[in-house]
Amino acid sequence: MAKVLVVTSGKGGVGKTTSTAALGAALAQTGKNVVVVDFDVGLRNLDLIMGAERRVVYDLINVVQGDAKLAQALIRDKRLETLFLLPASQTRDKDALTSEGVARVMAEMRERFDWVICDSPAGIERGAQLAMYHADTAVVVTNPEVSSVRDSDRIIGLLDSKTERAERGERISKHLLLTRYDPVRAARGDMLKTEDVLEILSIPLLGIIPESQDVLKASNLGSPVTLADPTSAPARAYMDAARRLLGETIDMSIPTDRKGLFGKLFGRRVA
Amino acid sequence: MAVVLMPDAPLAEWIAQLDAQIARSPRFFDGRPVVLDLEGFSGTEDGFMTLIEDLAARAIRVIGIENADALGSRLAALPPVLSGGRTVGLPMLVPGDPAPAPPPEPAAEREPHGLVLDQPVRSGQSVAFTTGDVTVIGSVASGSEVIAGGSIHVYGTLRGRAIAGLLGPGPNGAKHRIFCRRLEAELLAIDGIYKTADEMDPALQGRPVQVWLDGDQIAISALD
Repeated sequence: MAKVLVVTSGKGGVGKTTSTAALGAALAQTGKNVVVVDFDVGLRNLDLIMGAERRVVYDLINVVQGDAKLAQALIRDKRLETLFLLPASQTRDKDALTSEGVARVMAEMRERFDWVICDSPAGIERGAQLAMYHADTAVVVTNPEVSSVRDSDRIIGLLDSKTERAERGERISKHLLLTRYDPVRAARGDMLKTEDVLEILSIPLLGIIPESQDVLKASNLGSPVTLADPTSAPARAYMDAARRLLGETIDMSIPTDRKGLFGKLFGRRVA
Repeated sequence: MAVVLMPDAPLAEWIAQLDAQIARSPRFFDGRPVVLDLEGFSGTEDGFMTLIEDLAARAIRVIGIENADALGSRLAALPPVLSGGRTVGLPMLVPGDPAPAPPPEPAAEREPHGLVLDQPVRSGQSVAFTTGDVTVIGSVASGSEVIAGGSIHVYGTLRGRAIAGLLGPGPNGAKHRIFCRRLEAELLAIDGIYKTADEMDPALQGRPVQVWLDGDQIAISALD
């Protein structure tokens, strides 16, 4: 039976889709059968980040409405044979998703895969609630700044009340993924420090992903950052996070871009 | 949706078991329509003709009967025969089974002492408890509120709103207070009088404080 993971945040633009792709690829690289599902109907991005936008024939709504079978809609990644994508529709909107339909598709995916990773849309309305409803685990993606932290707190409250597990009286296990972290700015006080965010949100830390230009380069290439450049700082941080999801204990550290001696002397400081 | 009761003979015993059931969960039948499944009854059993009245005496409203083929002419005295019922997953109450939990009731039956929350109050959540104190073991997030009829105690950081003494001073003029381990509140109110973050002394931010009403002013003092 699969684990269903929802990647959510409340706030938009903090790194949910990037993280879904990166964690999905990292888990698939360890041999797990993984499907990443885009729940952002009408504003789909996961297919772009995965580099599959030219192979989309059927999407989640087609499967929910019975126009296509799940197997027809799933797109296998060209680089990793155990990684699949279920894209969202771009032409429809969230009202086309029904709870029963989603439940049926989730049940089918649970049979086929080890990990079902749901990329939630931003916000707290129906799209986000449908994405989180069937989750066993949640990764709450947060930037170390005040509005993202408050929105994440809101979404944590919803994870504790509007999910199937919460309705049964159980709790979803929640993990904090701190993204776009810049240690220089945090030291200067421009950004919240990790301890501040943890104190406010009170959920265990899964990983700290440093701000990096490698993330944008990877999305432009249509590849999860863990595949495009596995030695880059964000990729290494995502790999650690994925291994923690699998239960390994790894010391928390913030990987930095490795620079040679000349890089240190002449490299620019992050502004 | 109706609850189906399936009596069995001897009826006196079945009714005694039903009474035990009702004693365990007195509100289960409140307002619920009940259908009697009379399979196996021929109408000659002891207590059969008074069954409907006996149930009515226990505030059980029988709206119809099922599987009444064997009853023949006795049907005239009974509630209408229903057919085509569909089971919809509501557990059948057979005396002897543990009763399903009744719907949650507001705690009007006993005097509550206070509400204790051992999870932080998350942004967007609103906790309202009009009949006593509220104690939060954890923080109260920015954008959330705790509303109490009594006092409020936050063993964590108060970042949201705390509204104490919602219904005014208590009996004997009991005044209510707000306590927290770290003050970063957006709004504090006691007995209807409030103060926003802007109006609070900056020197008190981030410190453990108690808040009370001094005349008609909110007073805050540090506890450390």
